[in-house]
Amino acid sequence: MIELSKVTKRFGDQQVLRGVDLTVGRGRVMGIVGPNGAGKTTLIKMLLGLCQPTSGEIRVGGKTILGGEGSYRARIGYMPQIARFPENLTGAELFDMLRDLRGDRGVLDGELLRGFALADQLDKPLRVLSGGTRQKVNACLALLFQPSILVLDEPTAGLDPLSSAILKDRILSLRSEGVTVLVTSHIMSELEELCDDVAFLLDGVARFVGPVAQLTGMTQKANLERAIAALMIREVA
Amino acid sequence: MSVVAKIVRAQARDAVRSRWLLGYAAFFFLLTEGVIRFSGDGSKAVLTLASASLVVVPLVTLVLATIHVYNAREFTELLLAQPIRRSSLFKGLYLGLSLPLVAGFVAGIGLPFLLHGGGDPSYRGALITLVALGVVLTFSFTAISFSIALFAEDRLRGLGVALGIWLLVGLLYDGLVLVAVALFSDYPIERPLLALTLANPVDLARVLLLLKLDVAALMGYTGAVFQRAFSGTVGPSLAAGMLGAWIVAPLMLGARQFRRKDF
Repeated sequence: MIELSKVTKRFGDQQVLRGVDLTVGRGRVMGIVGPNGAGKTTLIKMLLGLCQPTSGEIRVGGKTILGGEGSYRARIGYMPQIARFPENLTGAELFDMLRDLRGDRGVLDGELLRGFALADQLDKPLRVLSGGTRQKVNACLALLFQPSILVLDEPTAGLDPLSSAILKDRILSLRSEGVTVLVTSHIMSELEELCDDVAFLLDGVARFVGPVAQLTGMTQKANLERAIAALMIREVA
Repeated sequence: MSVVAKIVRAQARDAVRSRWLLGYAAFFFLLTEGVIRFSGDGSKAVLTLASASLVVVPLVTLVLATIHVYNAREFTELLLAQPIRRSSLFKGLYLGLSLPLVAGFVAGIGLPFLLHGGGDPSYRGALITLVALGVVLTFSFTAISFSIALFAEDRLRGLGVALGIWLLVGLLYDGLVLVAVALFSDYPIERPLLALTLANPVDLARVLLLLKLDVAALMGYTGAVFQRAFSGTVGPSLAAGMLGAWIVAPLMLGARQFRRKDF
C-alpha cells in the first residue's frame, strides 16, 4: 500500500507538485496520467527516495519513507523510463551485480525470459543490444527480487507489440498475486487495459483520483483517452 | 564483502573493458617506451614523462570522469532505487572510476620501465615519486569531476567547467603567478610565491618532482628557496597535506551533494 498526502515539490522557483494526495491499495494497479511536465516522474522518484518532497508525507506499507535508510526499497521493483546500463557488462553480469548488492539470490522471471526470448541475449555486452532488448532487460531487472510493489515509468516504450503484450500480461498476473503497481504511460489504451485506478495530474495537483470506470462515467466518454482529453479541455477552459 | 566493494568491483569490471581506459594506458605505455628508447631511463626520461603527465593526467581524468558521471546518470538512479545507502553508493562509484584510471596510469608508465629492467637505480626514487604524484592527481581530479557533474545539471556546462578548471590549474595559473612575480619583483616575494605554489595541486606536484630530480638549481634563487622550504620536515608534510586536501575537499563536497541531491 502506498499513501501520499499533501506532497509538494519545488525545484528552485519552479513548483512542480502543489499538494498531491493519493492512495494505491494493495494489489491494485494505478496509472498516473497527465501532460508532459505534470510531475509524473517526479512523483515516482519521490516514492523511490531519489528526490525528497519539499513538504508532505509518503508512506509505504503504513510506514513513512522519509528520513530513513531506504530499506523499504527492497520491496520495490523499479523500471526507469530510460534503460541505460554499464555498456561493457553483459545482461547476466548486470543481474549478478544487483543480486550481489542486495545480498538476495533473486530469480529471473521465467515467464518474461521465455516470452522475450532473452536468454541468448544475456551473454552479450549491453552496449550492443537494441533499445527494445535493453527495455526487456530493464523489465526483468524490475521483477528480479519478487517485489510486492512495482513502479513502472513508461514500461512498454520501445517494445514491439508482442513483447508489450507479454509484459502487460505479466503485470496483470502479478496484480492477481497481490502486487501493487504504479505505472505511467502516454498510451491511454494501455492504461485502460492495466489499471484499476487512475490519477490525473495537472499543474502539480491530482485533479482526479479514482477508478477508471468512475472517470469515464463522470465525463460520459467511451474510453479513458476521451475522458482524459475531456478533463484536460475542461481544466484548461 | 561490503556494499562499497561490490559496487567498485562491478564498476571496475565495466571500466577495464572500455576503450577509453585502454587508450589512456596505451598512451602512457607508448610515450614511456618511446622516451626510454630515445633518451635512456635516466633523469631526462623521468623529466619528460613528468612534464607530459602533469598536463595529461589532470586533463584526461577531468574529461573522462566528468563524461562518465553524466553517462552513468540513469544507471546511478537505478542503483539509488535499491535498498543501499547513498553514502556507500557514492564511495563505490568514486572508487570504481578512480581505481581503473589509477591502474591505467600506473601500468602505462610502470610496464615499460619493468620491461627495461626497472629503470636506472639513481632515478628510481624520482620515478616512484612521479607515479605516486600521478596517482594522487588522478584521485584529486576524479573527485573534482564528480563534484562538477553533481552540481551542474547540464552536461555541456559541466564539461566546460571541467575544461576551465584544467586550463586554470594547468596553464593559466603559472602565467598569472609569473605576472605577479614580474609586477612585484621589487619586493621579497618568495614566501607568497611558495604559498601560491602550494595552492595549486599541479604546480605543487611539479615542484616536488623538480626537487626530487635535483634540477631545482635551474630555477635559480626561487629554486633555492623551494629547496630550503622542502628540505625540512615541515615543508614536505605541508606539501603532502595540501595534496591530500585536494583529494579530500572535492570528495567531501561531492559526497555532500550526492547525499542531498534530487535526482
